[in-house]
Parts: sequence; C-alpha cells; structure tokens
Amino acid sequence: MKARARDAASGEALSGALFVAPYLLVFLVLLVYPLVSGIWLSLHKADLFGGSQYIGFENYVRLFKDDVFRKAVWNTCYFVLLTVPALTVIGLALALALNNGTRRSAVLRGLFFSSSVLSVTIVTLIWRMVLVPDGGLIADLLASLHLPSVPFLSDARLAMPAVALTTIWWCIGLPMMLFLAALQQVPKDLYEAAALDNAGWWRTLLRVTLPSIRRTALVVVVIEIILQFQLFGQAQIMTLGGPNNASLPIVLFIYQIGFQRWDIGYAAAASEILFCIILAAAMTQYLASRGRS
Amino acid sequence: MGQTRHGPGRIAATAALALAALIMAAPLLWTLLLSLKSNAELLRGTGTAFAPPYTLQNYADIFGHSAVFGWLLNSAIVSLGVTFGVLALSSLAGYGFARLRFPGRDVIFILVLFGLAIPEQSVIIARHQMFSALSLHNTYGGLIFPGLAAPFGVFLMTQYFRAMPKELEEAAWLDGASRFRTFWKILLPLSLPAQATLGIFTFLATWNDYWWPLISATNSDMYTLTVGVASSQMNFAQTNGLGFLMAQAVFASVPILIVYVIFQRYIVAGVSRAAA
Repeated sequence: MKARARDAASGEALSGALFVAPYLLVFLVLLVYPLVSGIWLSLHKADLFGGSQYIGFENYVRLFKDDVFRKAVWNTCYFVLLTVPALTVIGLALALALNNGTRRSAVLRGLFFSSSVLSVTIVTLIWRMVLVPDGGLIADLLASLHLPSVPFLSDARLAMPAVALTTIWWCIGLPMMLFLAALQQVPKDLYEAAALDNAGWWRTLLRVTLPSIRRTALVVVVIEIILQFQLFGQAQIMTLGGPNNASLPIVLFIYQIGFQRWDIGYAAAASEILFCIILAAAMTQYLASRGRS
Repeated sequence: MGQTRHGPGRIAATAALALAALIMAAPLLWTLLLSLKSNAELLRGTGTAFAPPYTLQNYADIFGHSAVFGWLLNSAIVSLGVTFGVLALSSLAGYGFARLRFPGRDVIFILVLFGLAIPEQSVIIARHQMFSALSLHNTYGGLIFPGLAAPFGVFLMTQYFRAMPKELEEAAWLDGASRFRTFWKILLPLSLPAQATLGIFTFLATWNDYWWPLISATNSDMYTLTVGVASSQMNFAQTNGLGFLMAQAVFASVPILIVYVIFQRYIVAGVSRAAA
C-alpha cells in the first residue's frame, strides 16, 4: 500500500514536470537568458561584429552624461504626465456617462473602444492626416475659417503634445472599460442610501462612487504608467523623435543606438534603466494592491 | 449612476459627451473619405474629400497590389501561430502548476510570475543577437517564438484550473485514465471560456505588435501588416498617392475590427476580470 502511494507521488511529480517543462524551456531560453545576457552585454563595449570588451559600468556612466539620453528620459516623463492623468480622468468620465443600459451608451462604448484594437501604424497614419499642416483635417478646417495652419509635428513645443493627443485617442478604451467594470461592482444599496439622504450628483460621486472604485483607479494609473513609459511607435513613425530630439522617448533612443548605430552594449545599458523604471512601477502596484485587500 | 442630473449640468454633460464622440469618430470618417477619393483630386487639395465624386478605385488598386496581401498572410500566420502556441503551453503549464505536486513547484511558479514585470525592450538586444546567431530573422519561427514566452497565459490558466473542483478528475482517475487523458478529455473542454479570452487577447496583441517584427523582419516579403503599413507611410513619396495609402489603412483595419466584433464578449469579460 505504502509502495503504491510512493509510486503515485513520484508519478505525479514526473507528470507534473512533463506538463510544465515545455513552457519552462521557452521561458528560460527566450526570456530569462536574454534578460541575463542583456545585463551582461550592458557591462561591455559590444558591436554588431561580435567584438566585445568588458568595461564595467562605463556604459551607465556614459548614459548619465549623455544629453540625448537625459533628454529622452525627460521627454518620456513629460509624455507620461501628458497622457496618464488625461487617460484616467477622461476614462472615468466616459465610464460614468456610459454606465447605463441604453442602446446609445452601448454604441458609444463600442466607438470609444474601437480605436484600441487598431495597430499603432494605422493610428499614426490616421492622425498624421489629421495633424499635417499640408492637407490635414485640422488644417483644412482652419483654412475654411481663414486661419493659418499649425505645424503640430515639426514644432519642437507641439510635437510631444501632438503625439500625446494621438495616444490618448488610441488608448482611451482600456481605462474606460476598467472603470465601467468597477462601477458595476459598486453595491446598489450604497446609492439607495445616498438617495435617501438627498445627496446630489456630486456628493454621491465624491462620497460613494469614487471611494468604491479607488482600487481600480490605482490599477488604471499604474497600468498606464507602465504602458506609456514604453512609448515607441507613435514617436518613431510620426516625428522620428524630432524636431531636434524634442519627441525622442527612451525606447526610440534604445532602437536608434542598438539597431541603427549598432552600439549594442550602450543600448543594452539604456534598456536596463528602462527595466528598472518599469519594475518600480510594477512593484508599486503589487505593494499597493496587497496593502488594500 | 443610480440617479440622473437635471438642468444645465445635464446639458453640459451631454454636450461634452457629444464632443468626445465627435473627436473619436472624426479621424476615422476622415480616413474613410480620403480613401474614397481619386489620387488626382486629392493632389488639388484634401478639402475635396468633403464632397463627391467618390470612387472605389483605391480599393481596386489594393487587390492588384500583392504586397498588402502578402503582409496580411504573414500577420495571420504569425498571430495564429503565437495564439495556438500560447494556448497549448499555458494550458499544460497551468494544469501542472495548479494540480500536480512536484519538487520546487511553488518557487518556479513565483519565478514565472516575476517574468510578468520584464518589458520586451529590456530583452530585445540580447534576443536579437541570439536570433541572429540562430539565423531566425526573416522567418516565421523568428516572428512567432518570442510571443510564446509571455507568462501571462500561464498565470491565467493556473488560476482557472485551481478554481475547478477536484472531484472532476478524481472520477476519471478511478476509471484508470492517465493524467494527460484526464487533462485532455475533462479539464481542457471545461476551460474553454478562459482559452477564448486568452486566445483573443494574444491574437490582438500579436496582430498589432510593431516592435519585434520591425526589428526581426527586415525583408519586405516577411513584413507583417503593421510593419508593411508603416513602411508605406514612411516611404509616402514612392507610393501611389494619398487615397491609396488611406485605403490601405482602412483595408488593414478591417480584419481586426471583424475579430473585435465577433469576440467582443470575451474581450469585455477579460477586461472586467482584470478590474475585479
């Protein structure tokens, strides 16, 4: 009897290992190995031709002294500040407005989410034809009012806000849907109690709705910070990071250094700094969600 | 909300919602209008797009322009490859982590969860070098493999299998079925809702991925639709005109919008679960 139990246990261990092995192999080869090897590369002066020399933290020191990289970090933070609060507030406002069973709301929910399923290349193509001063939608509308066109993408002050506007249009669906799901979870009797107290719309919002969905609000903010820190396609396609690096984000910096100048060790070091930033944001979410629940 | 506003506040809210809907819809309608104009007319000015005549010539040109169909096919092969690969690997691993005891299981599971915090960009340089060494760039394998490593599916399927009652499999074991047979015949069919959600999100993410195909697929024959549309956009002067370019944008959006409409239920369910 005992022997059979032991056989069963070792059989379970063997089959357990067999079930997990295929994924673990892929995980180790395609994620863990490149992660470790990327850290190793960041400590080397390496190029495309396989030449590689250990230089310690020199790449990191160089990054901190590199005006272009510092600008890219600043630009990315600026972009996150432009997009994340707007996505959170507009997403919540849309969720509040569309959280009912009417047919009109269902259609509008579909409309506001529809852009989210498009790829970055289609979104940028659409928005370029909205923003360009020569024949864009905004320029045509301004011209019909006899106003001059605005060079959104080639003006250093306007390039990043234009990329941010495009991004908000593209990404608004997810925060709206997350808030809608959270609003469905708010207990109905809280609203009944507020109505009995004759609380107005604002008071109900501040006292009942917002406190009930604050965990979702935190999730939305952290998810969006993580997503928007990875800004790449919009800037690469719409402005090439210009003019004069005014809209160059960290990921485009990594792309240019790593895949256009082939300074691989240096690009790897920049990607490790991005990793640390994103890890910090993810940790904040983990700790905050653990603290609340 | 349980109650509605009255008076000026309500009018302002409705106006704001209408404005937001207009900002949302206008770029899409503009793209559609441009795609329906002849390139010659657009050369005179894009303002002509607001009035007829409209034509389907640009769409007819797409059907004569084989590169777009090649990109579409590449996107379909890569997206379906990643989706089925992720479903298979995640289901197997999820069942293993949720139901079978083996040494080191919990530690390994936590390590996999840490993988959720690794952004693509921080592994891209080393992965690119590795794929160069293995000559995997500009192949379907090279485009598919990186998508298989994402830990999210394993996390989702493990949670799903853990929530299933154990009695389901115990009955099958008593009948002498092997573990794989139990998994295949009993648990896998019951996990279809989770498979659908994971599958549609994986498909959408892969279809729309720009970063990895841009780096790995450098031959225009191996472009996916995202990279192909980006290249036509950046080489705009060389393409057949603005109307044709915008028709490409509309054409490239259609497959994914169809997928979105068909699977909307699972997308909403997936997002709701993430919020809860």
